[in-house]
Amino acid sequence: MSDVTPISSRFRRGLWDDNPGLVQLLGLCPLLAVTSNFINGLGLGLATLAVMALSNLLVSATRRWIASEIRIPMYVVIIASLVTCIELVFKAWFPALDRTLGIFIPLIVTNCAILARAEVYASRNGILDSVIDGVVMGSGFAALLCCIGFFRELIGRGTMFARMDMLFGGEPMPGIQLADNGLLLLLLPPGAFLSLAIAVASKKAIDRRRQKSASFRLSI
Amino acid sequence: MTELASQPDTAPSVWQSAVTLMTVAAICTALVAMTYYGTRQQIADNEQAWLEQSLKPAISGVPYEGDLTSDPLVISAPNELPGAGDAVVYRVQSGGNVVAALFVVTATDGFVGPIRLLIGLQDDGTLTGVRILEHKETPGIGDLVDQSRSDWVEQFVERSLGSPPVELWAIQRDGGEFDQVTGASITPRAIVKAIRETLVYFEAHRESILTLPSTGEAVTPE
Ligand SMILES: Cc1cc2nc3c(=O)[nH]c(=O)nc-3n(C[C@H](O)[C@H](O)[C@H](O)COP(=O)(O)O)c2cc1C
Repeated sequence: MSDVTPISSRFRRGLWDDNPGLVQLLGLCPLLAVTSNFINGLGLGLATLAVMALSNLLVSATRRWIASEIRIPMYVVIIASLVTCIELVFKAWFPALDRTLGIFIPLIVTNCAILARAEVYASRNGILDSVIDGVVMGSGFAALLCCIGFFRELIGRGTMFARMDMLFGGEPMPGIQLADNGLLLLLLPPGAFLSLAIAVASKKAIDRRRQKSASFRLSI
Repeated sequence: MTELASQPDTAPSVWQSAVTLMTVAAICTALVAMTYYGTRQQIADNEQAWLEQSLKPAISGVPYEGDLTSDPLVISAPNELPGAGDAVVYRVQSGGNVVAALFVVTATDGFVGPIRLLIGLQDDGTLTGVRILEHKETPGIGDLVDQSRSDWVEQFVERSLGSPPVELWAIQRDGGEFDQVTGASITPRAIVKAIRETLVYFEAHRESILTLPSTGEAVTPE
């Protein structure tokens, strides 16, 4: 079975229409916990993306042998191993980012968005399609983490793209400082919920506006 | 698994499933093992580099030779240093003598959680620097003490147990000498207390802390 949907519309689905965080509201724990700035969001987003793509790969590659009664423990074993590998890779290559993300890298195991993709997609589709699905859905999740991180950092701290060195190496970079201080609320846990609510509401509003203008065009 | 095993009619496929599950688990374990061996050296190097990078600013101004982490002393718990568990002191060498000591201690009474501190002392008990290694204090309130957010920790440089006298080793709100952060005195209070306790401990055990050989085993200085 092969997915004939063109790549571009699959990306559109992952990033917008079926975004795992924004629409399916999956994996909210890391989403809310680490997104106090852009770089954290990007780091965790990339780690999640990698785990999603690889777990889809392994699940799809082994799907012929996985009886349906044991599929859940199987997925858990696969995902947990991949997350451990990713954690080691982060410790080796991005030590600074690993220090700030801390426990949230191992906690990717519990991101149900990954399990959901294994169950609804990778267990039923070919390897290439499954990897693409992992990349697409992972990008959607990562993009949401980045947006929320960007927003909270901007309003909460008054900076943009601070500490990009944690991912790219080099001297500590302060980023773009727009104000000395920000609205602390956005950095605290309630700020995460507020930002997510704003994101979900904005998406709904945009979708509705589009629908309206589409039906308007049809009617004339 | 126990659930499946208790259903006799699925018994044959249970074995099959068990074998599949074991095989996948074995392959996954191999994957993790390979990654572990591939990254082990790099991770150890990173940790060492991070430790050294943190140690260096805490002995600002003191010339030293060699590797800052080469002469650790582990002080066994219980001890009167802040924080539970063993404490580590890195001795700093110059010209064959120990000229300074770097204490890694934990202030346990922060607002949110434990605060790991690095406290640098010259052999005469003068502070060379204080660094916050790890904390979970509230961003924008308690975290203002962090060296990346302000220079609050710089006020301790050159201070010692006599300057100010021990009873003034407290934040101003408690009648002491040290600046607090307005609206957040709990975090600074915890840190000042940890520094004071470390200074008192060093004064009481100075000789053995500076001279005990580094064996890697936890010791109790006299
Ligand atoms: C959400 C929240 C977080 C706080 N976080 C800290 C903190 O991390 N460190 C701290 O010392 N005080 C923190 N405080 C303030 C303390 O509750 C306390 O009011 C303050 O430390 C007292 O300071 P003062 O003696 O200067 O008034 C926080 C307060 C709130 C409401």
